[in-house]
Amino acid sequence: MSARLWLLLAAGFLLLLAASLATPWRQLAVLLASDRALGLAVVVQLRLPRALLALGYGAVLGASGAAIQALFANPLASPDLTGTTGGAALGAVLAAYIFGFSGPIGLTAGAVLGALGALGLLLGLAGRRAEAATLLLAGLAISALAGALTTVALALAPSPFAFYDAYEWLMGSLVDRSLGQAAFACVPALAAILLLARLAPALDSLALGEEAAQAFGYRLGRLRTWVVCVSAVGVGACVAVCGAIGFVGLVAPIFARRLTRGHPGRAILPAALIGGCLLTAADLATRAAPIGRGLPIGVVTALLGAPFFLWLVVRMRWSLAR
Amino acid sequence: MTAFLDATGLSLPGRLAATDLKMERPALVCLVGPNGSGKTSLLHALARIGGPAGAVRVEGQDPERLGPDGRKRLLAYLGAGRELPWPLAARDVIALGLPAGAVADPVIEALATAEFADRRVDRLSTGERSRILLARAVAPAPRLLLLDEPAANLDPAWQLRLMTLLRRLVVARGIGVVAALHDLDLAARFADRLVLMEGGRIAAEGAAAELLDGPHLRLVFGIERGTEGWELA
Repeated sequence: MSARLWLLLAAGFLLLLAASLATPWRQLAVLLASDRALGLAVVVQLRLPRALLALGYGAVLGASGAAIQALFANPLASPDLTGTTGGAALGAVLAAYIFGFSGPIGLTAGAVLGALGALGLLLGLAGRRAEAATLLLAGLAISALAGALTTVALALAPSPFAFYDAYEWLMGSLVDRSLGQAAFACVPALAAILLLARLAPALDSLALGEEAAQAFGYRLGRLRTWVVCVSAVGVGACVAVCGAIGFVGLVAPIFARRLTRGHPGRAILPAALIGGCLLTAADLATRAAPIGRGLPIGVVTALLGAPFFLWLVVRMRWSLAR
Repeated sequence: MTAFLDATGLSLPGRLAATDLKMERPALVCLVGPNGSGKTSLLHALARIGGPAGAVRVEGQDPERLGPDGRKRLLAYLGAGRELPWPLAARDVIALGLPAGAVADPVIEALATAEFADRRVDRLSTGERSRILLARAVAPAPRLLLLDEPAANLDPAWQLRLMTLLRRLVVARGIGVVAALHDLDLAARFADRLVLMEGGRIAAEGAAAELLDGPHLRLVFGIERGTEGWELA
């Protein structure tokens, strides 16, 4: 990828960060003019965590999506379609009932374990280099199972408040998170992105086939374990704070590979930047809703991502028919 | 003097029994044998694919002690599969075989891959893709080439060009080649030595003339040389 493209992506990333801090601008300007301290507090305490979460969560979805797609040699593998985010959500809901929603450590641990369980199950069900159909079916089964179990957990909620908390959190939201919570999600996310980016040469060599990658000296078993565990930690930590958000992990790597001439491993870092931009843009879109009727961000990404997914399916059908 | 290739005790559970293979000087060695006789398994064991037992030394070097860049300079493995999971451009496929910072050996021009270097591999014919994958293996100028059915999918002219190129690499560059081949005539014509595989072990090895005209082929393949070429025994 050329330096100009990197610069362009980084500039978009920073521009969206600035836009996220400043939107809505008019109210902020009034507030800054009347009470400077309060205005700054709004920016730092309310908008900064939200902006960081959008960038960090989107970035880790993009990076782990790219890594999982490279590992399974399949452009449809992504954290949400493989049931990773669903598993993380289930783990977090169960942990929340045990430890309460206030304890970020228990919630994060639950989400990471849930994500690990889902990805491990996928590897077991679909095999290492699964056909698109097998992978999607296995992912569908895991998502459905995680969703059903989450609903059961909701139905057995210890109190109406716990039910309401869990339900709202499940829809995916970046609003009203503290800086501490943002750090709890963003630090593991950043670590996961950097660790995944280090695997780029190994994942790129998988584009020559598993045998060639092994002949280069890459150990596939270890590579698989790394990608699964690192993705689960990064995505799990973000799901624990913000709930499950779909489609970014599917879409960002597909755009990123267009920038890396199709190289699946090299696409990890660009996919992180694109994922961060996409989720921030989606978050900005939720703010366009009339005041008092905030749209859940998970709904926005699904509304934008689902048609894209459909378009992919149609295109695949065409290319298969050719 | 250390042997060019010294492989001892190579085995893969259920596929390859303890096997030794030695090459004093760089040579073109062809593996022949029926389907399932262990040709691919021997190549896997030499390339250290799938966790084989035994030891491999190429010019005294242990490939397992080298990182990816070092290994790419020491040996290259080309599998029998001709499908790639991602639609990369042909030139990028060749580049993926190179160590960091290296450029492709000009010898790959003999495979005439430049004419479709910018096309995506999924839009090439199987023969063209075979040439790209061969170029990928040859491009880093490795000391040892391990090729599984390199002539498969190539037309007769390209089969001859390929085998001529391999001979040239052995003679002019001192590169060692171990190639699994089904075409006995091609093997007999170009190889320095044939290795006949059967049931996951080496049944016989030696010069082409003595191996192909001796009793081994009838025992292993169930074929023999007749008046009109190879015939079922």
